[in-house]
Amino acid sequence: MVKVEFLGPIGKEPIQVEAKDLKELAKILKQDSEIAKWLSECAVAVNDKLVKTLDIKLQDGDKVSLLPPVCGG
Amino acid sequence: METKSPCCHLYVEAKMLEIYPGELDVDAIFAKWRKWGADKNYGAFITFVGTVRKEGGIEALSFDLYEPILRQWFDEWQDRAKERGAYLRMAHSVGNVPVHTSSFMAAVFSPKRRVALELIEEFVEDFKANAPIWKYDVKNGERIYAKDRSQKIKGSGLLDI
Repeated sequence: MVKVEFLGPIGKEPIQVEAKDLKELAKILKQDSEIAKWLSECAVAVNDKLVKTLDIKLQDGDKVSLLPPVCGG
Repeated sequence: METKSPCCHLYVEAKMLEIYPGELDVDAIFAKWRKWGADKNYGAFITFVGTVRKEGGIEALSFDLYEPILRQWFDEWQDRAKERGAYLRMAHSVGNVPVHTSSFMAAVFSPKRRVALELIEEFVEDFKANAPIWKYDVKNGERIYAKDRSQKIKGSGLLDI
């Protein structure tokens, strides 16, 4: 299982899903309309590292984080 | 207390990024940083302080942040600063920060002024664009995400396929 956490204003509790890579995870997340609307806005981190490609295999225990638009200061 | 002992290198690095609940004690942080820079023989010390303006009927701003990625972002900037002989410090709030108090301080220390003047602008601009911090207006006790003022982090939309 992969843990998916939704940071900042997304306001959703973490979920556990079965996904072998980020492409598969994207398809799963699209099925939830509350999450789907954030996907175009969010950066993605795997195990706390920001990633730039979907070609990333996921393993049991991995953590994927969605980071919506930011505004510090 | 700061130390130069090699065994405490990571501890000292961690203290360069300070996170506080609520508003920053700007004067105390400034005084601490100023002394630190003077003791290290830096000739230039430039600070940026962000203060919450009273506008739009807000009582306060409120902040969430994600510390693991914030620290990586900061450490990458620290490496860039060190390549130019400079050093960065930063402090940020989490939670509510009332109007006319401060939520963000950044500082660059360098032997001479030019590098510090350049770096403070680059660092603060990238902070606004990429540091994983989320801002909310607080009105009537309610937190409202400041979406219109927020920017997508580089590479956003990856999962929108």
